Amino acid sequence: MTTDTTAPLIEVTDLGKTYGSVVALRGVTTTVRAGQVTCVLGDNGAGKSTFIKILAGAHEHSEGTYRVDGVEQHMSSPRDALALGIATVFQDLAVVPLMPVWRNFFLGSELRKGPFGMLDVGLMKQTAKDEMAAMGIDLRDVDQPIGTLSGGERQCVAIARAVHLGARVLILDEPTAALGVRQSGVVLRYIAAARERGLGVVFITHNPHHAYPVGDRFLVLRRGRSIAEREKAEVSRDELTTLMSGGAELDALAHELERDPLLG
Amino acid sequence: MSTVAPTRDVDGPPAPTGRVTRVLRRPEVGAAVAALAILIFFTAVADQFLTPSGVGTWLNSASRFGIMAVAVAMLMIGGEFDLSAGAMTGATGLLVGVTTTGFGLNVWVAVLLALVVALAIGALNGVLVVRTGLPSFIVTLGTFFVLQGLDLALVKLVYGQVAVQGFAKVPNFDSVRPLFGGVIEVGGASISVSVLWFLAVTAVATLVLLRTRAGNWVFAVGGAQDSARATGVPVARTKIGLFMTTAAAGWLVGMISLFQSSTVQSSTGVGDEFIYIICAVVGGCLLTGGYGSAVGAALGALIYGMTRQGVVYAGWDSNWLYAFLGVMLLAAVLVNNWVRTRAERMR
Repeated sequence: MTTDTTAPLIEVTDLGKTYGSVVALRGVTTTVRAGQVTCVLGDNGAGKSTFIKILAGAHEHSEGTYRVDGVEQHMSSPRDALALGIATVFQDLAVVPLMPVWRNFFLGSELRKGPFGMLDVGLMKQTAKDEMAAMGIDLRDVDQPIGTLSGGERQCVAIARAVHLGARVLILDEPTAALGVRQSGVVLRYIAAARERGLGVVFITHNPHHAYPVGDRFLVLRRGRSIAEREKAEVSRDELTTLMSGGAELDALAHELERDPLLG
Repeated sequence: MSTVAPTRDVDGPPAPTGRVTRVLRRPEVGAAVAALAILIFFTAVADQFLTPSGVGTWLNSASRFGIMAVAVAMLMIGGEFDLSAGAMTGATGLLVGVTTTGFGLNVWVAVLLALVVALAIGALNGVLVVRTGLPSFIVTLGTFFVLQGLDLALVKLVYGQVAVQGFAKVPNFDSVRPLFGGVIEVGGASISVSVLWFLAVTAVATLVLLRTRAGNWVFAVGGAQDSARATGVPVARTKIGLFMTTAAAGWLVGMISLFQSSTVQSSTGVGDEFIYIICAVVGGCLLTGGYGSAVGAALGALIYGMTRQGVVYAGWDSNWLYAFLGVMLLAAVLVNNWVRTRAERMR
């Protein structure tokens, strides 16, 4: 896959962040393009969360440049990022477990009709169902409480919601971290679906075996520094794994990878 | 665009949601069954129960608790409690009674003034809860004691006693009375206007909860406040609005009981706040918020009203009512708990 066919949605150059005298992140350079997945890899404490907080607008960067559509940005709140079409799906997903799927889907952005501003329930249910179907999720009933869905499905509702609400760039914070292998496979499929729909995806993970099959570009962080930034063609799965950490413990993960039908 | 085949694998094939499941998923189902059972029970044991006058009596009783129970249910769905709700019914009644009989204020003006005061107290409750982050249980317990104290102290200061007298003689009393204390004859039964208020409040509350954006927000702030905030729901505004709604309902019930009886005492409404909460819980509201319905709370109040009068008609000691209430509450909480664990079950 070539990577230069589309203009970058997000372009960061030598991005850095210091908290007082503490350097949390330094020298990060990467791009996010429409229809591609940029994976951010790193172990705990590598600077992944600082990096996504900058991208999401929660923290402002203190070094380097952050360009969206080629225009340099200094964001001070997640709302700024949202206005630019950059949506973040955090690990807790911001869903209300007891509320039906369709109400969760439109929470905070409800569709209304008529002179009294009543909810357009029919349209909301249908839209939620259609959007989920477009992501490849066939929900039997959008009226069921979202808490009854599996972890992977809930993740997908959150992703579909962000897409529907106009996201062009989707930042996914460790979407597979709390999931088992099969569930992770489900989520990886939806990441692929989002990519197929032309979104730029930033996929944060500490698992190279989840990143490699869907990623187009890989950014590896360690101790707050960027130690590698490669396109898929430039790096093999084994190299990526070695870059991440290396060692015998990963053989077990490699085993897990071999059995995942997604990677075949 | 997507080439991904629809899947819903993970845990086996999708099972269709049947009509039975849909019905059972409603929060008010348990209360509806219980209400029907109690209606049949008291009709069997007390001859007077299903006569026109009997129905009129228990409906009136149910309506005064029901209006509050519906408002309290909305607040509970929003994740908060209001222990000052009972005292509010007394305080608003006293305010009208004292300003009209003691200071010669026009009744209409006094009624509107009481509404404004109630809304202000409700807003204060809401702002205190939202700003401090303290449990509303504690904040409104404080408001409850303040209201109870003022009810007693101020009325005593003005009259030297704790009840308002001569309210029926104030000018314009007859022009306001039909609105709150009126009675309509329907086929031999005397139905209080309060029953119409009860129906209207339940209908409006149901519409707001299920068909408006504000209702969506109520469920969201009660179900998962942080998630609601993250999706852009104005949490503070929603909660303050709920406290004001409860206070306004307290005003309405205060006016109804004032104009029905033409008198009001300092102790009016004290202790009723728990009845409202019980009605809401019996009607399917979760104590933890995020789940419940207005219709359920109305049915809870109907159960309370029927039992209250049913015990009297059956000629039993009225103290059985409390034993019954306790059993209903425990049963309801157990059922609700079971419902919630099913609904919230994470795979």
